Amino acid sequence: MALQIVVLTKPVPDPAAAAERIGPDGRLDRAASPAVVNGNDEYALEAALKLVEAHGGEITVLSMAAAAGPETMRKALAMGAHRGVHVTDPALAGSDIVTTARVLAAALKELTFDLALAGVDTSDGLGGVVPAAIAAHLGLPFLSAAAKIEPDEKAGGVRVRRLSGTGYDLLEAPMPALVACTQVLGEPRYPSLKGIMAARSKEIATRSLSDLGLADGSVGGAVATTKLLDTSKPPARAATEVIRGSAEDGAKRIVELLAKRRLV
Amino acid sequence: MTGPAWTPYRLTEEQVLLRDTIHQLATERIAPRAAEIDRSAEFPRDIQAVLAEHDVLALPFPEDFGGVGADLLTVCVAIEQIARACATSSLILAVQALGADALMRSGTPEQKQRWLPDLVTGKKLIAFALTEPEAGSDAASLRLRAVRDGDDYVLNGIKRFITHGSVAGLITVFALTDPEAKRGRRLSCFIVEVPTEGFKVTRLEHKMGIRGSPTAELAFDDVRVPAANLIGAEGDGFDLALKTFEHSRPGIAAQAVGIAQGALDFAAGYARERKQFGQRIGDFQMVGAMLADMDAGIEAARALTYHACAEIEAGTADAARWASLCKLVAGDTAMRVTTDAVQVLGGYGYIDEFPVERMMRDAKITQLYEGTQQVQRLVIARALLGKGR
Repeated sequence: MALQIVVLTKPVPDPAAAAERIGPDGRLDRAASPAVVNGNDEYALEAALKLVEAHGGEITVLSMAAAAGPETMRKALAMGAHRGVHVTDPALAGSDIVTTARVLAAALKELTFDLALAGVDTSDGLGGVVPAAIAAHLGLPFLSAAAKIEPDEKAGGVRVRRLSGTGYDLLEAPMPALVACTQVLGEPRYPSLKGIMAARSKEIATRSLSDLGLADGSVGGAVATTKLLDTSKPPARAATEVIRGSAEDGAKRIVELLAKRRLV
Repeated sequence: MTGPAWTPYRLTEEQVLLRDTIHQLATERIAPRAAEIDRSAEFPRDIQAVLAEHDVLALPFPEDFGGVGADLLTVCVAIEQIARACATSSLILAVQALGADALMRSGTPEQKQRWLPDLVTGKKLIAFALTEPEAGSDAASLRLRAVRDGDDYVLNGIKRFITHGSVAGLITVFALTDPEAKRGRRLSCFIVEVPTEGFKVTRLEHKMGIRGSPTAELAFDDVRVPAANLIGAEGDGFDLALKTFEHSRPGIAAQAVGIAQGALDFAAGYARERKQFGQRIGDFQMVGAMLADMDAGIEAARALTYHACAEIEAGTADAARWASLCKLVAGDTAMRVTTDAVQVLGGYGYIDEFPVERMMRDAKITQLYEGTQQVQRLVIARALLGKGR
């Protein structure tokens, strides 16, 4: 059973660069920081790569991003994805979660797939509802917080272990289905150097709004259902205290500090 | 300005992704081992395995043999990123490229088929054996003798300061085949498979830096090498060695840039965190100025190194000069920057709890090997004076 898998990947500001800046419109200035594939999406991609290694098949990565999006998509291709679809349109700027889900659903509808995988949330947005909203738009089974994904070859369905407060739930659904992936699925691999050299030869298709049959006026900041009122920085961290010395003394000192703050 | 076109470089999308990937690999898998590798002075077989597993050691080799087929600039970008974390580890790639250069350049298809696959996968390492006790900078005056005997050559003599000489499975050996020939035609190049009868590692040096990288003295006592292992023709050895340096010196320049960048990154981080007199020490102008000068020096050395790679890759007739220019500037930059990094950390820079003293010791070798800085200046001056060799 060869699997067709679509992995939703979002370019986000590189957390390691620590260069996030808020622009004059109060939104994240995406030009100020180098972009990387959202961390949780890389775990989803890793899960997809393992599934394809085990069952055969192909992986398409799907992003909605500014024109520079393919730069981060190349990394996904170098990790082993087979092709990319890049949804980009100037009219999309300022789109809210509702619009994002609608546009990605329209793009996903064009593709043939057994499984669509996405990270549970993105490090720049943290809404965590886009995958569920896409599933709702397309009427797909939605399996959240996946810790394990097992396609059932005979039944044509998929079993997912969903993390829960008490352990995990075992869910089953027919395919195609949409799965939100957690880091429990396993560390993403490094892109292969041969894969990097070959990534340019892989196809990245570009889709505009009109390609997806969506009108310009139906997306973007103007139709957003939420409005950004204000942004503020998190309170400054208190001074760091570095504890040196033996592990034993260090542990004692840490416990003392925590006890002083009534944390233990 | 007159003269040939100035070859521009700009890292491609692939080179940027490769740089970032090796940066991550080096940060996560190599940097945590660097202090222990230095302390134990043991060759890190585990790091060799990491580099092999991720195709880093396959970078310089042609795709026909399973390699990545990366150009010189790409290989140098990789060496730089590894050196940023651990200079010893960066030598595993640099010496693999150095040792295999003659084979890739002048080996027959049969010779390549015989040896390259094991080098590409990192199963075997290859060393480069030119230097001898009495022949360092003056490479044409080698004494290790190779005498033809039937289908073999018989090798007798000593090689000294051979990086990876005790851990490599293949050694590219330069030997004297015709003492009567003119200076540039006396040497020949052989691939020696070790261990083999009559070959012995007689000594390992205790070094100031790159301590995990074994530097061996090798004794050849009637070592029989099949004539099929001769690379190129008899007498090609000296030219092959010089051509190799055109590719390997930029690698050492890249290593120097990487060591310097590692030291600056650590020093800048320290200057952000460390407080004295109620403020971050980086905010003191004297410390801030040191950091700024370190940054400027590194970027200049990096730009020259990358540009030299582009010139050499483009086939400039002036390759030897470019190779020496970048090694000279980058080596001196690494020494200055790492020394300043120790200064920024003050007393903490002088103790092995922090990595900058190791980086300072590692930096020194980049001014010495693959031709001392004095030899680089000689090469450059000769090119300027138009005397050639």
